[in-house]
Amino acid sequence: MSLYYLTAHELHDLLIKKEISAVEINKAVFDRIGSVEDSVKAYLTLTREQAMKTALEVDDLIGAGRPIPPLAGIPIAIKDNICAEGVRTTAASKIIYNFIPPYDATVVKKLADQQIAMTGKTNLDEFAMGSSTENSGFFATHNPWNLGCVPGGSSGGSAAAVAAGEAVCAVGSDTGGSIRQPAAFCGVVGIKPTYGAVSRYGLIAFASSLDQIGPFTRDVTDCALMLNAICGHDPLDATSSTYEVPDFRRCLVHDIKGLKIGVPREYLSEGIDAEVRQVFEKAMSQFELNGAKMEETSLPHLGYSLPVYYLIAPAEASSNLARYDGVRYGFRSEGAQDVVDMFMKTRSQGFGAEVKRRIMLGTYVLSAGYYDAYYLKALKVRTLIKEDFNNAFEKFDILLSPTTPSPAFRFGEKTGDPLTMYLSDVFTIAVNLAGIPGLSIPCGFVNGLPVGLQLMGRPFSEGKLLQAAYTFEQSTDHHKKHPEL
Amino acid sequence: MIEKSDVEHVALLARLELSDNEKEIYTRQLNDILGHFESLQKLDTTNVEPTAHVLSLFNVFREDKIDRHLPLEKVLANCPDREEDCFKVPKIV
Amino acid sequence: MTQYETVIGLEVHLELKTDSKIFCSSSTSFGGKPNTHVCPVCLGLPGVLPVVNKKVVEDAILVSLALNCRIAGFSKFDRKNYYYPDMPKNYQISQYDLPIALNGHLEIELGGELKKIGITRLHMEEDTGKLLHQGTITTTPFSLVDYNRAGVPLLEIVSEPDLRSPEEARIYLEKLKSIIQYTGVSDCRMEEGSLRCDANVSVRQFGKEEFGTKTEIKNMNSFRSLQKALTYEASRQIDVLEEGGRIVQETRTWDEGQGITLPMRSKEEAHDYRYFPEPDLVPMIIEREWVESIRNRLPELPDARRERYVRDYSLPVYDAGVLTSTKEMADYFEACLNAYSSPKTVGNWIMGDLSRLLNANNLEINECPVSPVNLASLLKTLDEGTISGKIAKVVFEDMFATGKDAGTIIKEKGLIQISDEGSLSAIVEEVIAGNPKSVSDYRSGKDKALGFLVGQVMKATKGKANPELVNKLFKEKILN
Repeated sequence: MSLYYLTAHELHDLLIKKEISAVEINKAVFDRIGSVEDSVKAYLTLTREQAMKTALEVDDLIGAGRPIPPLAGIPIAIKDNICAEGVRTTAASKIIYNFIPPYDATVVKKLADQQIAMTGKTNLDEFAMGSSTENSGFFATHNPWNLGCVPGGSSGGSAAAVAAGEAVCAVGSDTGGSIRQPAAFCGVVGIKPTYGAVSRYGLIAFASSLDQIGPFTRDVTDCALMLNAICGHDPLDATSSTYEVPDFRRCLVHDIKGLKIGVPREYLSEGIDAEVRQVFEKAMSQFELNGAKMEETSLPHLGYSLPVYYLIAPAEASSNLARYDGVRYGFRSEGAQDVVDMFMKTRSQGFGAEVKRRIMLGTYVLSAGYYDAYYLKALKVRTLIKEDFNNAFEKFDILLSPTTPSPAFRFGEKTGDPLTMYLSDVFTIAVNLAGIPGLSIPCGFVNGLPVGLQLMGRPFSEGKLLQAAYTFEQSTDHHKKHPEL
Repeated sequence: MIEKSDVEHVALLARLELSDNEKEIYTRQLNDILGHFESLQKLDTTNVEPTAHVLSLFNVFREDKIDRHLPLEKVLANCPDREEDCFKVPKIV
Repeated sequence: MTQYETVIGLEVHLELKTDSKIFCSSSTSFGGKPNTHVCPVCLGLPGVLPVVNKKVVEDAILVSLALNCRIAGFSKFDRKNYYYPDMPKNYQISQYDLPIALNGHLEIELGGELKKIGITRLHMEEDTGKLLHQGTITTTPFSLVDYNRAGVPLLEIVSEPDLRSPEEARIYLEKLKSIIQYTGVSDCRMEEGSLRCDANVSVRQFGKEEFGTKTEIKNMNSFRSLQKALTYEASRQIDVLEEGGRIVQETRTWDEGQGITLPMRSKEEAHDYRYFPEPDLVPMIIEREWVESIRNRLPELPDARRERYVRDYSLPVYDAGVLTSTKEMADYFEACLNAYSSPKTVGNWIMGDLSRLLNANNLEINECPVSPVNLASLLKTLDEGTISGKIAKVVFEDMFATGKDAGTIIKEKGLIQISDEGSLSAIVEEVIAGNPKSVSDYRSGKDKALGFLVGQVMKATKGKANPELVNKLFKEKILN
């Protein structure tokens, strides 16, 4: 097997056995980037020098017989809406095409403490608004399994990089499915942790009450390692939880006997591809084989999650994106007559169509006279959706669904009508509204394209999701398949 | 029903300069999207509390302590236009 | 002509003097070089998050208690969305529907009567940066932005429309300032902008229940300009109504130079701030114990102190009011009383010569070169007859100028009062011999003549003669 397709824990074992060096690992990954990046286009910025420097330091430590952290020297990509000091960070938007943060996001700092080798910054839908990475202000990323298809979004670059061997792990962000949906489309493991589990400090905000950072990995064990590295309380994020983070490696137990799994029927009603359904049913029987107790259940308000999400998220975004005005950083339109003119021209020229559409929508629903009918109403229905999950988790340990109703779609297939694109998030967004963790794991293929299985749990039950996913993974071999590039 | 004039008002609130074509597109799309969301209005939410935060966290504070400031060069490093250590902007009115 | 009544409500913004800003750990200190008291958070860089400074919440509760407000059990922050280049995020983190405190009041004194002025609400928010212009905002070709003040904690205190004249408004603001200063959370300097005041003004015919259309007046930078601006605005509104016009609800700015209010020229659309709960901050639950522990920090407030002065020191209400108008003055007064026990005398000196010299030198009482102990010892010297009242005033000016104590100055300048009857007798006789006309005038009942004669002795002794003794000697020598 090529070095660039090994997992972080496999590479770590080789490193400490001194069978390979961190420099060799990073060379292999950057060579891979050199050969496939032209067709995948996962990265907006590469940080090869930085990665190599860290790799050398890690090799020195190993040479000196010193212990190294589990992710030391591992090539890891960061979504370009997460700030890294001194490295251009754009959120894939022209409006901050040249922004160089003078500070590190907390996750970047935590990963640097692990001495990871940061490979670069990955492509996304502009400000994470989209489900295909076609909304990137710079270029689209391609699905490594089929270059004519989208990698999903918004963390399409991170998912594609891990799938294509251009990084061993990656970090993304998930506001309505932006980790799980591309993880499913690209055949990798992705988790959106519980809201508050990972610090948002340094994540360029899209919708603050929904955004959460999480990892992409090629297997569940790496997922546990990444969560160990990035979870935990941060005094710089007032919404970061103070819960005690367990060692997630302890959750990697091949045993789910007696685990109570609910399958909400709403996920299997309309709009799901027949083939996806088949793959999903096969996965369900695997869980049963492994000893889980499966039962159908219901989340009665699930159908409202799309409107609720597309009212709350744009409303928060319209405010979060107000700071991009050309005064302090980023793009500024020249030749404006006065400050208002400068603001309007800068923002009109700097933002792409989807971002403008959501700013318009969000501004409208918050504006005088509409707040109660739209925003407040959405917050109330959000309560009902959250209560649905609470009720389900009284009975079940885990809820199971397909991550997406269909596999990766072709470029341009859904760009004509925003609503059609929004519908591709329909299975993932309720998890963000409820603030619970959701994990997507590869569970099969349809026409050569990966299909993802979504595991949902109570707040801070990431360990349980990992255990169930690990058991499933050990019983299947989907994670061992790689795209041919 | 959202009119073109609503779109113009919202665009000003959001500081977006829209072409006539964009105004028409957004008028149509906002109507489509919000129309699709009408189902929400039919749902009875009497006595339902809104959820602005999913966390049950309260009283998260920091102590009143000064930490280091950003050096001036870093403050202004990303600035499109500067003068006398300040951010320069076109006239206000 | 119709009689009109002015209705005023004030919106006051106070900068709190915490060490760090409300949502980040940048310094709040005044007067740094532009953009040197900033960090990624208060600059609104992409990705940053606010965290509430606990001291700000505690100060807000302290002020709320001082203003008799009801402290909320549950409070939260909201975003107020509008665009302005001095606002790094183009929204201000403020409080909307659940402010930290509601329903307070303070009492002002009007012609000897107390009047209760309602306080609608008190909330916390962040300050904006500062725009620097060449010339004025309307003529400058460009502006420069300094974000040092961005994120400095503010309290907004909104009064009920209970004020019925510009003078009442000024007295309310002075009282509010006094109370806040007692709590110690703000400097309340209008000139430096740590106390700012906007006013809502309307007029209505006397006897009418409903309010007239109001205008909002901004840019009043001193107590004097507040009263002037409100007086102008009320009469402007009356003129408009008298001419059959209608008041336009608008924001107007006070032009100090021209002495008029002008409509603010602005492209700003009708206020539509799109408030919504700040998702980056979690709500606050204000427990009773927390409030009570803050209540313990509350000092004796001006009203209570004034009453105590009237009760315990038998001071006139007016004097007690002046002496307690600032915490510093009252503290000074009480420190003097520790060493000298006549409240009325101390009060007179503080309200008289001391205040005059402080004003003339533009000093606050806590900067006074004469310490309370030194003032007390001067008064003792006076009582003991070592110096005359007239000399005491001269000595006090010297003390103020040099910071030296009374004894030193009296010694250095040889100002000890001459109370030796023998030596004064000789001078008195000389004056009698040299002024026969005045002597005979006095003898024939013209008391004024005595004053002249005493003055001659004072002249000869450079003011050091004991005036009582000199009086006595003249009476004995001329009338007996």
